[in-house]
Amino acid sequence: MTIALLNAQLVCPTGGASSGGVLIDGHSIAAVGTFAVPDDAHVIDCHGKILAPAIVDLGVFTIDVPACHAGGIVRVGLMPDQTPVLDDPGIVQRAALIGRPGLWIHPIAAATRGLAGKDLAEMAINRDAGAVAVGTGERWIADSGVMRKVLAYAGDLGLTLIAEAQDGGVLGNAVATAGETATRMGLPAAPSLAEPLAIARDLMLAEDTGAKIHFRTVTTAAGFDLVRAAKRRGVRVTCGITPAHLLLSDIAMSDFRTFTHLSPPLRDESDRQACLAALADGTIDILCSGHDPRGPEEKRLPFADSAHGMAGAETLLALALGMVRDERITLQRLIAMLSAGPAAILGLETGTLTVGAPADLMLFDEGAPWLIDADKMVALAGNTPFDGLPVQGKVLRLWKGGAALR
Amino acid sequence: MQPSDHSPAASLPGSAVFPHRHLTGIAGLKPHEITFLLDEAEQWVAANRGSKKNDKRLRGLTQINAFFENSTRTLLSFEIAGKRLRADVVNMHAATSSVKKGETLIDTAMTLNAMRADVIVIRHGSSGAVRLIADKVDCPVLNAGDGSHEHPTQALLDALTIRRRRGTIHNQRVVICGDVLHSRVARSNILALTSLSADVRVCAPSTLMPAGIERMGVTPFTDFDTALEGADVVMMLRLQNERMAGGFVPSNREFHLRYGLTLKRLAKAQPGALVMHPGPMNRGVEIDSAVADHVDQSAITEQVEMGVAVRMACLDVLTRRSRGVKGWA
Repeated sequence: MTIALLNAQLVCPTGGASSGGVLIDGHSIAAVGTFAVPDDAHVIDCHGKILAPAIVDLGVFTIDVPACHAGGIVRVGLMPDQTPVLDDPGIVQRAALIGRPGLWIHPIAAATRGLAGKDLAEMAINRDAGAVAVGTGERWIADSGVMRKVLAYAGDLGLTLIAEAQDGGVLGNAVATAGETATRMGLPAAPSLAEPLAIARDLMLAEDTGAKIHFRTVTTAAGFDLVRAAKRRGVRVTCGITPAHLLLSDIAMSDFRTFTHLSPPLRDESDRQACLAALADGTIDILCSGHDPRGPEEKRLPFADSAHGMAGAETLLALALGMVRDERITLQRLIAMLSAGPAAILGLETGTLTVGAPADLMLFDEGAPWLIDADKMVALAGNTPFDGLPVQGKVLRLWKGGAALR
Repeated sequence: MQPSDHSPAASLPGSAVFPHRHLTGIAGLKPHEITFLLDEAEQWVAANRGSKKNDKRLRGLTQINAFFENSTRTLLSFEIAGKRLRADVVNMHAATSSVKKGETLIDTAMTLNAMRADVIVIRHGSSGAVRLIADKVDCPVLNAGDGSHEHPTQALLDALTIRRRRGTIHNQRVVICGDVLHSRVARSNILALTSLSADVRVCAPSTLMPAGIERMGVTPFTDFDTALEGADVVMMLRLQNERMAGGFVPSNREFHLRYGLTLKRLAKAQPGALVMHPGPMNRGVEIDSAVADHVDQSAITEQVEMGVAVRMACLDVLTRRSRGVKGWA
């Protein structure tokens, strides 16, 4: 089937912004810009709205198709912290196929068996079963010797290690960042130092082994300084962040609202400003939702007893567009951070508007206003720290491999 | 004794004096609201010292003490306070309740609410738990301690003790020493005492000092002897046994060496400085017996006495709306 999307504003991470259309032939993009519309093509007028590669969300914790589609997400990198853990080819393969055709799930296999941080997992076998990267999950590999072997072995296979940047010893049972807010609330807290400590070690190991490492979220000034310096040295490091860590500081936790119980925990305002600076100077490579829907059974509890995590998939684009309106990044850069960037880390051939690329596309209205309402979210649970926030930006249409999803 | 702190509360009518439905913490209370509760407690100090201790104002009301964390002293104090006002007091111990069978805190709260309690007193091991319950029930809720967050009645009784013994709280130099990191008593006292313009110092080893504590308007010290200079009040905190064996401090005796309140150390404070402790004490660890039992300077048993009076005042004030007291309905 041939579809001609006409009269759009095209935004491509590699091709830049232009006016024109995209011709979809089967699963792939057949033409971009101005082209002769075939007679049998199904023509869709985009009315001047923005047509861009659909979102690749690196690091979701739950498979949540409706939330992803509402948010313009057609591919996700699934964290290995599942039940059971993604450390076995059968489990990896099942995860890889379960969302198709509408949502392509790219499993991040556990780097160590059971994510226990002791023995290497079968990375090559899991890669052949569909894993696109290996990860530490939300855990910290405390043993530096193990971490070194993990990076060396993953490097052999060309697999990126998706690492959690929190020193588990310093973190302890903390649910908040040490500082005035946590002190006033009387919550178990860890210094933000837990993050750069972990990053420093892992960067040295990555540099030594030559492996590729991606920190799922970096949220501290000291953490970004380390990543920035490592990039200058040529270390193969990338990092991501969620809109929550860009837009909220730990003051948002003040009324004990468990929807603000996140991992890593919200930081103080100076670190948040460092996140915004790292976004602007390009230190942050990608934006991710950290999608982790948690129902009232896990959230309607005292703060420290509640599960961490937020439902982020359907608010990712709208919150990120705010960064463009605030002129912190360009729209083209934002689209790159949501599509080509994460695709490159996971080794996926998608995320651009180029001939031959998969027709993973989203059409959105960057100005359409709506109100984030926890009770009205399509996600498995509405645990968003942005409940009640007015935002702009709505996905109008969505295609995965040429098939219309929305 | 007449309270010397000026209180605008007396000039405000009825519920305008204290517009809060619950007492979940000192945070959120204005200085005159704290003073109002202290003033209200004075009458109960006098009454409790008399031979006829009963007042009937809470007759017919049900007070549930829901304690999700073990307590003897605070529970007893709330029970006596309720009974002296003739409330029907029921104690729920979490250790023997369905909470251990997996019932959620919210379900427990809804159950207590369905039993039509008129006032609920809650202690819970998690910070913020009391507020979570307060949002779900129809009657006033009193926080008897939630995690490391707040213990408002303790701060009120401490403030009352200081005010009665020192004549005022204003400009009093108060040193709070011990496990500040895990202490709800420290947090509530910091809020109450700084609100009433005391000069508050906190003293602890760095391992037990919360980050950013100076932002609460106090001066942190790691050296106890320095902190004690010029102190009018020395408030020692209890050190939990499980935190002494190497986790946060190396040992009992090492803690005593650095932070134990001895007579020799006490001499560094102002002559006649008041010694306080929320109890239960670890004698020989954070406080020596000679200090704890000091006839002139120790106010530790007086704190317990003030506790009952303060809790009577809180129970009275918080139930005034439901009892239809003139000016409060």
